[in-house]
Amino acid sequence: MKILVPVKRVVDYNVKVRVKSDNSGVDIANVKMSMNPFDEIAVEEAVRLKEKGVATEVIAVSCGVAQCQETLRTAMAIGADRGILVETTEELQPLAVAKLLKALVDKEQPGLVILGKQAIDDDCNQTGQMLAALADLPQATFASKVEVADGKANVTREIDGGLETLAVSLPAVVTTDLRLNEPRYVTLPNIMKAKKKQLDTFKPEDLGVDVAPRIKTLKVMEPAKRSAGIKVPDVATLVDKLKNVAKVI
Amino acid sequence: MTALVIAEHDNASIKGATLNTVTAAAACGGDVHVLVAGHNAAAAAQAAAHIAGVAKVIHADSEALAHGLAENVAAQVLAIAGNYSHILFPATAGGKNVAPRVAAKLDVGQISDITKVDSPDTFERPIYAGNAIATVQSADATKVITVRTTGFDAAAASGGAATVESAAAQADSGKSSYVGSEIAKSDRPELTAAKIIVSGGRALGSSEKFNEVMTPLADKLGAAIGASRAAVDAGYAPNDLQVGQTGKIVAPQLYVACGISGAIQHLAGMKDSKVIVAINKDPEAPIFSVADFGLEADLFAAVPELTSSL
Repeated sequence: MKILVPVKRVVDYNVKVRVKSDNSGVDIANVKMSMNPFDEIAVEEAVRLKEKGVATEVIAVSCGVAQCQETLRTAMAIGADRGILVETTEELQPLAVAKLLKALVDKEQPGLVILGKQAIDDDCNQTGQMLAALADLPQATFASKVEVADGKANVTREIDGGLETLAVSLPAVVTTDLRLNEPRYVTLPNIMKAKKKQLDTFKPEDLGVDVAPRIKTLKVMEPAKRSAGIKVPDVATLVDKLKNVAKVI
Repeated sequence: MTALVIAEHDNASIKGATLNTVTAAAACGGDVHVLVAGHNAAAAAQAAAHIAGVAKVIHADSEALAHGLAENVAAQVLAIAGNYSHILFPATAGGKNVAPRVAAKLDVGQISDITKVDSPDTFERPIYAGNAIATVQSADATKVITVRTTGFDAAAASGGAATVESAAAQADSGKSSYVGSEIAKSDRPELTAAKIIVSGGRALGSSEKFNEVMTPLADKLGAAIGASRAAVDAGYAPNDLQVGQTGKIVAPQLYVACGISGAIQHLAGMKDSKVIVAINKDPEAPIFSVADFGLEADLFAAVPELTSSL
């Protein structure tokens, strides 16, 4: 069974982004870029399934600019066997990415597609579910545990108020939540090995997909600032403030 | 122009998030209909009919809809989607799971997690964990939207008198099935609906201490308990208590952060609370920059003292 793992290149989670002064977006020039953390968890899960003998090949996919190759090399250093880059300079929205991935699912016929539940830049939380719909596959989102056996996956999901377990027939789409696993530390020998792994590049046109954006960003603003209040010296003052000033207790 | 709200419910009653979503739907400008897709969910459909501002409730009932499987609920929405200009889901685990399936099948982009409706095609939504607010415009014929419930007031749960119409249930997809769930049983208010939340961070040090210190305070205040991602990752609190960008987004009347430093991703989940109290022994903790009342103290002394003085 092949596993397809889409990975997104995003602003590193440690970077505090700034809104551009012309309000056209956030400034991502010269900031550190990394693999979306939820996608890193997805790669780790796929590689573990290969190490357990459940999967035979892990294919990492990234859609975007040429530098996404670096993100794919990271995925291959974690343990993905090869990479596919769908290269474009167009702004890619989740629906367009889902269509590109659908074309690759048709081509590669994976038994599982594992991807992050959301990207930490646009915070959309859409791509996995959209891919599942377009490819007519079942989905198990926000996974905290994945067990594959007998042509199906039992997936434990993080839902409001607790956990839920679903059984989905394969092929299926799984999206990862934070507690699915802890991605391994990438070693230098594996980084070197990853450089030699196969990386194929396509254009959206090669896959017959129109990636034109559907949603236009009119402006991007700083969020309303919440001003700091006061420090109180002791618990008694705090209780007094809450009762008599804020009147919330 | 009519908006369809997909109700969040447990078959017996309507979840609070539905009420905020109805308010967002009304702001889109037309009539508001509500779809209740469930199993033996007549009581939930009746409750939906009483929500102020709802013109019609569509009730689809079948075993396949009992557990809200995304494949089946999406098919149910798609069966009636053609009648609507806007389709809105609460941005809960359930809504986020189903909405993109509907959008993709309609071949439209989805607008996630809106906090404001500027016009029928223009919306505001936070990006980069709330560090920026984007105003976006959709050119698609149908707007598929998830609604951040803290961005909109709840519609009144009573006062409406909508008609309830039955819809034929769609067939089970057969590709996924419900195995079971572990839902924490608690008498406490639900985190996203609570008026007061007390929240603990990594400084609590262990799950025993977390319970020992936080539970009495929550009991005293009738509050829900929350936790920072650091506390959840360390195993001090279960994951469904996590407040933050990747956990629950909350906006209670009072939020008491105990031993929480205030990482950006945590602030993104609670900074719309009306009054924020921070108790932390580190004077430099970023949580103090958003707190209305900051108490620089050891939480193991201050929290029990707070509990006993209430």
